[in-house]
Amino acid sequence: MIELNALWFLLIAVLFIGFFILEGFDYGVGMLLPFLGKTDRERRQIINTIGPVWDGNEVWMITAGGAMFAAFPHWYATLFSGFYLALVLMLLALILRGVAFEFRSKQPGKRWRQWWDRAIFFGSFLPALLWGVALANIVRGVPIDENMIYTGDLLTLLNPLGLLAGVVAVAAFVVHGAIFLALKTDGAVRERAEAMTKKAGPVLTVLIALLVIVGYFETDVLTTQGVVPPITAIGSGAALLATGWLVNDKRFGWGFFTMCLHIALTVITVFRGLFPRVMVSSLNPDWSLTIYNASSSEYTLQVMTVVALILVPIVLVYQGWTYWVFRKRISTGSKLEY
Amino acid sequence: MDSLSLARLQFAVTTVYHFFFVPLTLGLSVFVAITQTVYWRTGNETYWKMARFWGKLFAVNFAMGVVTGIVQEFQFGMNWSEYARFMGDIFGAPLAVEALLAFFLESIFLGVWIFGADKLPLWAHTGAIWLVAIGSNVSALWILVANSFMQQPVGYAIEGGRAVMTDFFALLANPNVWVQFPHVFSSGMTTAAFFVLGISAWHLLRKTENYQEVFRTSFRWSVVYGLIGVVAVMFIGHSQMQHMVRTQPMKVAAAEGLFQSEDPAGLSLFTIGSLDERKEIFSIRIPYLLSILSYNRLDGEVKGFLDLQQEYEQTYGAGVSYIPPIAINYWSFRAMVGAGMLMLALAGYAFYLIRAGKLEGAGRFLRWAPLAILLPYIANTAGWILTEVGRQPWIVFGLQRVEEAVSPNVTTGMLLFSLVGFTLIYGALMAIDVFLLRYFAVKPDHVFFKADEADPALEAVEMTF
Ligand code: HDD
Ligand code: HEM
Ligand code: HEM
Repeated sequence: MIELNALWFLLIAVLFIGFFILEGFDYGVGMLLPFLGKTDRERRQIINTIGPVWDGNEVWMITAGGAMFAAFPHWYATLFSGFYLALVLMLLALILRGVAFEFRSKQPGKRWRQWWDRAIFFGSFLPALLWGVALANIVRGVPIDENMIYTGDLLTLLNPLGLLAGVVAVAAFVVHGAIFLALKTDGAVRERAEAMTKKAGPVLTVLIALLVIVGYFETDVLTTQGVVPPITAIGSGAALLATGWLVNDKRFGWGFFTMCLHIALTVITVFRGLFPRVMVSSLNPDWSLTIYNASSSEYTLQVMTVVALILVPIVLVYQGWTYWVFRKRISTGSKLEY
Repeated sequence: MDSLSLARLQFAVTTVYHFFFVPLTLGLSVFVAITQTVYWRTGNETYWKMARFWGKLFAVNFAMGVVTGIVQEFQFGMNWSEYARFMGDIFGAPLAVEALLAFFLESIFLGVWIFGADKLPLWAHTGAIWLVAIGSNVSALWILVANSFMQQPVGYAIEGGRAVMTDFFALLANPNVWVQFPHVFSSGMTTAAFFVLGISAWHLLRKTENYQEVFRTSFRWSVVYGLIGVVAVMFIGHSQMQHMVRTQPMKVAAAEGLFQSEDPAGLSLFTIGSLDERKEIFSIRIPYLLSILSYNRLDGEVKGFLDLQQEYEQTYGAGVSYIPPIAINYWSFRAMVGAGMLMLALAGYAFYLIRAGKLEGAGRFLRWAPLAILLPYIANTAGWILTEVGRQPWIVFGLQRVEEAVSPNVTTGMLLFSLVGFTLIYGALMAIDVFLLRYFAVKPDHVFFKADEADPALEAVEMTF
């Protein structure tokens, strides 16, 4: 029999993979907006590539949060109250970003649009950075006392590993977004996006190499958890190199695929390294939150398992369908909603 | 202020703000879906224009609902971590179901609807807006399942100091859900109806060129929609009151300013009491009415809060005041019911105008109708304040008190930062949102002829930071 606590750990990892893959490219698109869109029309072209899908992508994050609450309430409580200020900043950024997509092109004014463009940029940059910081700190360990209460502050999170992981997340999403734009646009923006993949790719590769080194010394993710993390880590590196090779060859469809694979394998490495803990305590290993001491009751997990097994596939089908509906490239001449 | 008060203030501000946008989403999504369906079946262009016009306003409102909703979801962990630990077993489940079942549906298909008009056949495009409407209202259902548990806990056991779910279906079958959800659903209808009615009246009065037919039809539909909504909300409100007498008598006593138990009880129209001396000073009451409302009978005891305090002390322990803030409950109840009465009268009068063919001449009504857009917002806010403040000091009725629920490690400094941050951003966004809604509402041309071809001056501008 599969153990439900482990199954839910797995499901939450899946939700995070979905979130980073989907929302990853639209954070990237948001961050690239000022650099790839030289005119208003081009910026609209860029925004419209994610126009119909960004909100659905964001629900992956919302669902991951809801699933943490349902399956591991202590994880949800400790993480969200502990990383309070970081989350406030993230929420403020997400608020501005969300309305910016909707509001930006609904007024002709120049200053109006510039302000919303800034909101899209920072609203995409900050969450990308902060998710990197948060994830690194979850595995690195933060001060959690015997009552599962976080005793650090915002500065505790801004350690070298956390900051490096934040920068890596930003760089990864920039690359991911650039490949997405190379696939979804036409004309000048497409050329700039293609060029961007070549510029940003090597930077990301170097940063990731650095992260692996620092991570090796700062965390136990790659060392103590059996063979899976090292294998998936190697796979993740290979996927990244393959992406570099494919985009150089202008095979962006496959490049996008391998980039998704890279993100997925990275998340798997981190989660497998974390398992069976969900948050590491830097004060005392015994005070770490695990899938056992942080979880809901068996009954709740059973109910949620049935719910998830029915609903997740349905969501995947219709969300996949929308990507198919909106599969056409967008050019400056297209009819632009946003 | 201490961190508990700040956390409460922040929750109240952000939640009330979220619920400014929610009811319009609930009601207008259905309204737009209906109009587009009529167009699909009849091919009458007027209905297509209606769907486009109201759909545009809907989309602007929806965006605000989404971004404020994310804050709600995170806040339980951020500010109420002890609540999340105590209740996670029960509360997390409906929230996760809501996300999987409803949030995906509404947000994905809203994208399909907005962007897919020329990519999909009409039936599929119409289906998309129906899925948005269903998604929104299903999301309301599930969050109210969670909220209802806090009003009336069911299907649980206390194990190791935590509430543990024992019966998922009991949560869903919670009687509180089945008065609360219909009330919220029909308040959504009412909100959307008055929104449409107010804006349509504005255009009918000004005889806006090219759009008379659109707004005359919108007006007619909104009046019917609003009448159904407001009558339903009142009837259901009545049964909610009866439900409350049984489950949360303290809230009833507070809402009625009822110091001592009475049998038969009169309905207070206006009560001044001294809370220090704990007695009534002056009161106008309609005899019997409260008993009638509570039990559909002429007699029947309605308990006062002084008596209830003693009862609760026996059950839950002495040394705690179980009396919620009386004045807030008393006046929010009256604000909600008062707004409801007024809306019933307005919708009834508008119905009469239409039937008698006197709409064109009713300048005064049309002039004031846009102001009535505020009424449902007042009622909605007052309704939630009654529901939530009336539950004090409990966060989960009978199980956990608010002061036990707050995050222990979130300091007043952090709270001040977040409270100021949210308040400033929410304030600014409210101004922008109203400005944008107005921009489209008063000039339908903005909806139908996009300023797509922006001026060349705009084109050349590079983005700067
Ligand atoms: C009665 C209805 C109702 C109530 C009481 C609440 N909401 Fe809400 N919420 C909705 C009805 C709704 C909605 C109609 O589904 C929204 C509003 C507008 C919208 O876009 O969806 C929404 C949006 C919305 C979103 C964004 C979903 C998306 O991206 O599509 C989240 C995460 C939440 N809500 C979470 C909450 C939480 C945690 C609440 C508890 C305090 C809450 N809402 C109260
Ligand atoms: C959107 C509709 C809602 C509105 C307008 C609303 C309104 C409020 C208000 C005004 C307060 C402050 C009460 C006080 O401080 O005295 C409050 C508190 C609270 N409500 Fe709600 N509420 C809503 C929905 C919910 C839902 C769905 C839940 C949970 C499922 C919930 C849980 C809470 C919690 C945890 C508190 C904080 C503790 C407290 O101060 O009482 N609310 N709400
Ligand atoms: C005469 C009419 C009305 C009566 C008797 C009535 C009754 C009630 C009662 C008793 C509650 C509290 C339920 C609880 O705490 O468990 C409530 C809540 C509420 N009311 Fe009303 N109401 C009326 C009209 C309206 C109108 C016109 C609106 C809005 C258009 C409205 C919107 C709400 C909302 C949003 C809530 C909070 C959600 C809930 O608990 O259901 N009400 N109402």
